[in-house]
Amino acid sequence: MSISRRKFLGWMGAAGLGVTAGTKARAASNAHFEGYPNSLAVLHDTTRCVGCRRCEAGCNKVNDLPAPATPFDDLTVLDRKRRTDAESYTIVNRYGAGGEGQAPLFRKNQCNHCLEPACASACFVAAFHKTPEGAVVYDASVCVGCRYCMIACPFEIPTYEYDKALAPRVMKCTMCHPRVLEGKLPGCVEACPVEALSFGSREEMLKIARERIRKQPERYVDHIYGENEMGGTSWLYLAGVPFRELGMREDLGVTPAPKLTSGALGAVPIVVGLWPVLLTGIYAVSKRKDKIAEEEKRQAVAQAVEAADQKAAEAMAKAREKAEKEKTGAIDKAVKEALAEAERKAQEEAAKAAAEAAAPTDDTAEGPEGTTPPAPSDPKPTEEDA
Amino acid sequence: MSASRTAVSRSLLTPFNIVAGLILAVGLVITVMRFTGGLGAVTNLSDYNPWGLWIGFDLLVGVALAAGGYVTSAACYIFGLKRFHSAVRPAILTGFLGYALVVFALHYDVGRPWRLPYPFIVQPGTTSLLFEVGACVALYLTVLFIEYSSAPLEWLGFRKARNLVVRLTMVLTILGVVLSTLHQSSLGALYLIAPSKLHPLWYSSYLPIYFFVSSIIAGLSMVIFESSLAHRYFHDKMDETHRRETDGVALGFGKAASLVLFGYLLIKVIGLAVDNNWHYLTTGWGAWYLVEVLGFVALPCYLYAVGVREKNLTIIRRTSGLAVLGIVLNRLNISLVAFNYHLPSSERYFPHWMEIAISVFVVTVGILAYRFIVTHMPILYEHPEYKDAH
Ligand code: SF4
Ligand code: SF4
Ligand code: SF4
Repeated sequence: MSISRRKFLGWMGAAGLGVTAGTKARAASNAHFEGYPNSLAVLHDTTRCVGCRRCEAGCNKVNDLPAPATPFDDLTVLDRKRRTDAESYTIVNRYGAGGEGQAPLFRKNQCNHCLEPACASACFVAAFHKTPEGAVVYDASVCVGCRYCMIACPFEIPTYEYDKALAPRVMKCTMCHPRVLEGKLPGCVEACPVEALSFGSREEMLKIARERIRKQPERYVDHIYGENEMGGTSWLYLAGVPFRELGMREDLGVTPAPKLTSGALGAVPIVVGLWPVLLTGIYAVSKRKDKIAEEEKRQAVAQAVEAADQKAAEAMAKAREKAEKEKTGAIDKAVKEALAEAERKAQEEAAKAAAEAAAPTDDTAEGPEGTTPPAPSDPKPTEEDA
Repeated sequence: MSASRTAVSRSLLTPFNIVAGLILAVGLVITVMRFTGGLGAVTNLSDYNPWGLWIGFDLLVGVALAAGGYVTSAACYIFGLKRFHSAVRPAILTGFLGYALVVFALHYDVGRPWRLPYPFIVQPGTTSLLFEVGACVALYLTVLFIEYSSAPLEWLGFRKARNLVVRLTMVLTILGVVLSTLHQSSLGALYLIAPSKLHPLWYSSYLPIYFFVSSIIAGLSMVIFESSLAHRYFHDKMDETHRRETDGVALGFGKAASLVLFGYLLIKVIGLAVDNNWHYLTTGWGAWYLVEVLGFVALPCYLYAVGVREKNLTIIRRTSGLAVLGIVLNRLNISLVAFNYHLPSSERYFPHWMEIAISVFVVTVGILAYRFIVTHMPILYEHPEYKDAH
């Protein structure tokens, strides 16, 4: 334990003072939230961790969790990879053992108490919140059990009491928030025999971590895991090997989780505001189109009726005309025929007379040729349609 | 009298009814187990896999496939395609039933279902996309219920109430489209918060848009698919208008679906390009991704187009089945297959048979409800007293 109780209580006070400023920083829309000032954090120096599982035991005790299946001093459980579950807020895993002369590496795993927690941003009853002291705490009295927080957490920390029928809860490390408020240390930190865990203000922890890296560059990789991962966390890690060899993801990026969804959430007012207007517009257009179409239809019908009327009238007129023409044609024809008949008769008579006259004289033979009656011109009725 | 009664009891013992009865019985037993033994007793859910089949299928697929309601009523009332009118009621009914079943199924999945209203009455978590989903689904279910209620009101003969509902049609339709846009897209946006868990080929900042656009495809295809099923099984319940218009609906919706599928394919490719994910295509995940995109997006797009051009209803109907399968595949890929892709196979999830049984149970309840409603209420035909009143 590198931090004295008194110093620690001093930080607590400062953390309390910082509440207002922190809230403001978060409210500012585009501001990058750097965490509550003077909030607390744990630094886990994995190069010091010996894999004794005392932190697990300490956590189990201070949180009144059920007794484990295998006792905490049984280190054979380290042979397999474990994760947090509904009965253990924290677990220690062994990594990289087995290499020639390579000492085994250990890492303790628990909630990282993100500065801008994915779990809190995902919960639809706001069951999680980041306290100004640094812990991300959960309120089982409102939790619906949708488990979206578990989907959201990039560190795969929250667990669920799947075997409880009536009041299943999400279970995760509380950073011992109740104890911290009482001025006590987190159970795991208190239990650690080799000071692989330190507790204090996040600023202070970062300072210590940088100091260790600077003093022993051969012992540490030059990175403090949690300083910026997912926007920063209140649990910080130092390591002697790349963090992925300790089973930690290095591809999480530095974007805090709420930023990942803010675009989609921001679209809501736009959709709510714009859609009805657009849709009503489309409706109006399609209705107007309908109306125009109807109007056109009406006009077309009217025109068609008119045209039909006109056509009928024309046809009637034509028929009348035709009838008249036929009538006059018939009269003409009759007259002509009568005339032709008369003429023919006259000619015949003339021819007879001529023949009688020609008996004595021959030279009038060409007479009837010159008087051939003209063919009566046929008064054809006009049948073409208009 | 007695003759007709024996006829009824004989007709109740059809193979369909027997199978349905068995499913219901099994479902009820599992229901008891679920609510006495907890989720762990009947599911394979774990701390790594908090969401399983009941979210992937019952919620994501259910909501997508129930999109027919808003798509059809928007086409008919907003875009003025009156010739689709006879398709509106069946689509609203399946939409309403679909959403009701989604909410019903959620009661199995969430840990404390009696607290489902908490986000709205106790403490809203407005930063959560799930809050948006919940709020919109709840509101939309109400809207669908009101829209659908004109049918039972006609059935019951409540003329005044029915006319009031019909007068609200426009407002309800617009509200329905707004709410559907929001929650269809936010179902996709749920996954935006987990870029480290969803395979990059499926994770995209365009997820909300993908979900919204593909819900239109799902809606259009489901209407065609359902109407071909309804034709087979409820032909006698249809009136002339419905029968006459169905082919037109299939052609019109097929054409629209082909276009939307094309657009969807396009934005999928744009998504690949924007995130520069091309190199993943040569991996095993890439092959699976290509199966989804080529076999269940590009292919139905092409087939719909062919069907529409040749006016071949058989092709269109079969394609609608393919397109619906494609939506199912996409939702399951995102929620189950490509989710947690980074975990060793021992930590991956595969549904317990009882989870599958509950999903089948829920679908069966839906089919039975549908059958009851279309055989009793004016869904596939217009009520004789309200024929002109549209
Ligand atoms: S590590 Fe996970 S559970 Fe813990 S605060 Fe961050 S997001 Fe929440
Ligand atoms: S499981 Fe509970 S705490 Fe987690 S997101 Fe759902 S309601 Fe919130
Ligand atoms: S801080 Fe407390 S709850 Fe968290 S791991 Fe340590 S002892 Fe357990």
